[in-house]
Amino acid sequence: MNIAVLQFPGSNCDQDAFQLFASGLRLPTRFVWHKETRLGDADLVVVPGGFSYGDYLRCGAIARFSPVMAAVRDFVEKGGLVLGICNGFQILCEAGLLPGALIRNSSLEFRCVTCDLAVADAGTAFNTRVLGRRIRLPIAHGEGNYRIDDAGKARLEEHGQILLRYVDNPNGSMGGIAGIRNEEGNVFGMMPHPDRAFERFHPSSDGLAVARAVLSVRFPEIARKTA
Amino acid sequence: MKIKVFVTPKKNVLDPQGVAVGHALESLGLRGLKGTRVGKVVELELSEPDSPEFRAQLDKLCRDLLSNPVIEDYHYEIAQ
Repeated sequence: MNIAVLQFPGSNCDQDAFQLFASGLRLPTRFVWHKETRLGDADLVVVPGGFSYGDYLRCGAIARFSPVMAAVRDFVEKGGLVLGICNGFQILCEAGLLPGALIRNSSLEFRCVTCDLAVADAGTAFNTRVLGRRIRLPIAHGEGNYRIDDAGKARLEEHGQILLRYVDNPNGSMGGIAGIRNEEGNVFGMMPHPDRAFERFHPSSDGLAVARAVLSVRFPEIARKTA
Repeated sequence: MKIKVFVTPKKNVLDPQGVAVGHALESLGLRGLKGTRVGKVVELELSEPDSPEFRAQLDKLCRDLLSNPVIEDYHYEIAQ
C-alpha cells in the first residue's frame, strides 16, 4: 500500500492528510510535489485542502494545470483511486475529473464548523452499512457551494454518485451535497475534512472510517487490516 | 493588440456575491435595481497580430482557464 499526498504552493492540509493515512491508518504515505510528472507506484492519490495558488482566478483553477495533474489524469484513466478534500475537491472539479463546480458560500461567510452529514449509498464500499447513517466531520471553506445543472444532478442521483449530504446546509450547496464520486467510482471529492477527524483532540474520529471506505473501493482487505 | 476578457456568472447560476453587492447598492439609495452580477475582467496585451488561429486559441484558453463553463460565461473585446 502506497499513499501519495500531493502538495501545491498554498496547500495547507497536506500534513493533515499525510497524518490521517500515516498515523491514523498506519499506511506507507509520502508527499508528491506539484512539479513532479510521475506519481510512482501510488495506490491512492490524495489531493489535499488549502488555498492552492492563493485561490487566484477560481479555487483550483491554476492547480489544475500543474504538471502533476497530467499524471493524476493518467492515473484516473487507468482506474487509479483519488480522494480530493476541500480545495482538493475544487481542483478535481476544475480538472473535469469530477462533475460540477464549487462557488462562494451563499452566506458569503467562511464556514468553519463541525457538520452532521447524512451518508448516502454510493456503492459497495461507501454506504450507510459501512459508515452508518450519520457521521460528523469539520468543514472550513468559503467556496463550498456545490453547483451542477439539472441534468448533471439527475445523473449523480441515478448513478449513486452522491457520498455525503449536509444535515444543516452550511453553504447553499444544491441538494445539500457535501461530497461526490465520479461515475466510474474511482475519484472521490468532498468539502468536509476527514483529515481533521481522527486524533483524540479532533471533534470526531469519523475521518478514519471515511478514509478506510475510500481505500476499500480498490482494497477491500484494508477495512480489516487497519481496524 | 489589447484584449479584455469578461467573465460573468451564468444567468441560471446563483451569484451570492452579486446578491450581496445588490443589497449594498440598495442600502445606498439605488432604486429600481433588478439584478446585480459580479464577474471579472482579464486584460491581455499581445505583440502578435489578430488571426483566426489566434481567436480559436483565445476561445480555448477562455474555456479551459479564464472561465469555468459549468458556472461562468465569457466574452472578449479586442482593440488593435
